[in-house]
Amino acid sequence: MSVGAATIEREGLSRLVSARAFGWLGVTLGVLAFWLVLPPVTARSPVVPLVMGGLGVLAGAWALREGAGRRLGGGAIAIAAIGILLGLLATRSSVEALDSVFVWSALIAATLRAATPLTFAALGGIFSERSGVVNIGLEGMLLMGAFFGFLGADKLGTWWAGALCGIVAGGSLALVHAFVSIHLRADQIVSGTAVNFLALGITGYFFIEVYTDQGTPGDVDFTPTVSIPWIEDLGFVGPAIGNMNLLIWVAILFVVLAHVVLFHTSVGLRLRSVGEHPKAADTVGISVYAVRYAAVVVSGALAGLGGVYLSNGITHSFNENLSAGRGFIALAAVIFGRWRPFGAFAACLLFGFTEALALRLPSAYGEDQAWTTLFRALPYVVTLIVVAGVVGRSIPPAAVGRPYTKQ
Amino acid sequence: MTSGPTVHQPGAAPEPDAGPDTAAARLARWHRAGGVVAPVMTALLAFLVGGLVVLATGSNPIEVYRGIWNGTGFEWFYRVGSHEVGLPFSDARVWFPWDPASRAAENLQQTLLITSTLILTGLAVAFAFRCGLFNIGGQGQYFVGAYVAIWIGSSFEGTNSFVHITFAIVAAALAGAAYAGIAGILKATVGAHEVITTIMLNWIAIYAGLYLFGQGGPLQNKEQVFSPTSNPVVEGAKLPVFWGDPFLQGLHAGLFIALGALVAFWVIISRTTLGYEVRAVGFNPDAARYGGISVARNYFLAMAIAGVFAGLAGAIDMLGWRFSIGFSDIQSSTIGFIGIAVALLGRNTALGVGLAALVFGALVNGTATRNIPPDVFDIPEQAGNLSLTIQALVLLFIGADILILWLWSKSGQRIGVGRRSPV
Repeated sequence: MSVGAATIEREGLSRLVSARAFGWLGVTLGVLAFWLVLPPVTARSPVVPLVMGGLGVLAGAWALREGAGRRLGGGAIAIAAIGILLGLLATRSSVEALDSVFVWSALIAATLRAATPLTFAALGGIFSERSGVVNIGLEGMLLMGAFFGFLGADKLGTWWAGALCGIVAGGSLALVHAFVSIHLRADQIVSGTAVNFLALGITGYFFIEVYTDQGTPGDVDFTPTVSIPWIEDLGFVGPAIGNMNLLIWVAILFVVLAHVVLFHTSVGLRLRSVGEHPKAADTVGISVYAVRYAAVVVSGALAGLGGVYLSNGITHSFNENLSAGRGFIALAAVIFGRWRPFGAFAACLLFGFTEALALRLPSAYGEDQAWTTLFRALPYVVTLIVVAGVVGRSIPPAAVGRPYTKQ
Repeated sequence: MTSGPTVHQPGAAPEPDAGPDTAAARLARWHRAGGVVAPVMTALLAFLVGGLVVLATGSNPIEVYRGIWNGTGFEWFYRVGSHEVGLPFSDARVWFPWDPASRAAENLQQTLLITSTLILTGLAVAFAFRCGLFNIGGQGQYFVGAYVAIWIGSSFEGTNSFVHITFAIVAAALAGAAYAGIAGILKATVGAHEVITTIMLNWIAIYAGLYLFGQGGPLQNKEQVFSPTSNPVVEGAKLPVFWGDPFLQGLHAGLFIALGALVAFWVIISRTTLGYEVRAVGFNPDAARYGGISVARNYFLAMAIAGVFAGLAGAIDMLGWRFSIGFSDIQSSTIGFIGIAVALLGRNTALGVGLAALVFGALVNGTATRNIPPDVFDIPEQAGNLSLTIQALVLLFIGADILILWLWSKSGQRIGVGRRSPV
């Protein structure tokens, strides 16, 4: 009896493993469908993406049938379908244009640039949500950091003073969110939305108050670039990471730090316990309110730093609503990354890649090509697909979104 | 008793906080407290703090608010005199106590114009909220409705006016419904959070519009290449203006569409099975499911109906007074977002949304650049940011309902609110 059960279990297990393998095969084939038609391979026949993607769809469907789960199987089918579409588009455009868009080293550099504000905000989101507070307000905190980071660098003369201003501004806005949603036990989504509006109003107000309608000056101390000797002269790696902005390195460092803090220190354990079961945490003497306040303020400070990089490191200027929904994309990255720093970072790289791609299109195909505008929506479309694909399968902290009342 | 759904044992008390505590369920408890006093307090407090912000930046808040008040056109009501007015759609002229053509009347027309749109974008948020969904996508649904209305309104020249307008409005409403329905389906099938999906759909709608009507886009006006905009709505597709100058943005028939939508909202929510189910899901989806209501179906329907309201808002804006949509209009429009504040201040009820839309319509129009006297702000665009800040404060204070109720009761006692502690 027990032997039979074990055999059945083993067979079921091996069947599941092969189903998962098929799922990943589908994902790989979908990516190949697009990758093979790009430089350096540059296959020109539409058959290539069609066959590769078609096989990917089949593999995904098979995985779905064999019980690999909706997320992997459906994801493989979706990726393969997108791979076919993008692959077909690419075979129809000229080789010169493709060569000028897909300079991989430059594309990697642009991906890292675009992913960095998202990464900071996503790390903030992880801290906040792990402590049980939904932070829809990341968008507003990003915006506060962007404006006050720029203002600080402009008025105080150094970029790090500006960065400090941005961090404080993001943290202060987070404090409002924390007070309203922790002490006043407001609905965290309404409160977060309010905080976003508040940031729009405040930054818009002071932007016009300080810079009138002339726009921001260009002679500000921007965040510095780190040139690594040796590496910057290397062939492929040099242009990719040899001359990166300091804050990109900081972001990568923070990803590692956040992982260590969350999963290998007692502080992280307390934080997670408050987010999973606040009452139990309270019982063993952890102050739920204090932990949540700290986590939300840290999350605002991180998002603020992301904003500083956005204005002071990428655009080198500030405009009203500069953050443009990046806070929400970061929130999606948190979910996609299953509330883990490395997972969220990977998701940010994906979103960053789509943004980098969209930004490189106009220069290759000409500014007058209207359809390149349409590709600006790509990061948002990918976010939508990702959120639809993974939610339900990734499990949030148990107490997230629930106000806690002290006994 | 061995299979099937779990049944509570008679002895075991059901756990009080079982099931997801949705935003709507929590808000409903607040609805039952405070009466009309709380929203009024909320608005007053927001204006007060907004005044402090103005004070902090060195302007005189009383002057600013007087400027805004004059811009709203509400003074029209207390400027009583002896005037004659032509009855709409006829040649008869009758005595009327108010001047129909003064500057205040023009301002009031503008205020009501914005109010009409805000009623609809507010209802778009309110209807979803009654189902426990937070629809931040009103802006995107408004855009989709506006694009469709513009496209139909600027084509088919020479069609019968009534048919043309009806076709454009119905198509815009359906487009809004389909667009919001995407978020509804995703919520119903895979549980994707509607806040994130609707925000993403907003940005997708914006870039779709920038593509359609932008430089070289398929629907761009070919005669005005350098400031990209859509083709203008043809004469026959414009909504009739019943008060004021049709060429100076007089008040159009869209107001009646908005008022009709308020009635429709009340009827659906309070007097139909659909409304009952939507509210049941909003209070507690688990209990609703247990009672035999399809939660997924109601999530989809609630979003789709919300999209109808937002799509209508886009249609009456385009056919009523804007008549074209440009690159910069798409980038700067916030009318859908104000709908969130309207719905929450109006407590997601028909009457409340109507009144809150009037408050915010007045605020938006009063802070419009041309209405603020030049000596109040150094740069007139500031007033718009002040209005944004006040909206944010309203939202914040609504979120912090406990604060308001505490201020109201002064004693810190809960006023019959069911916000009990979890145990």
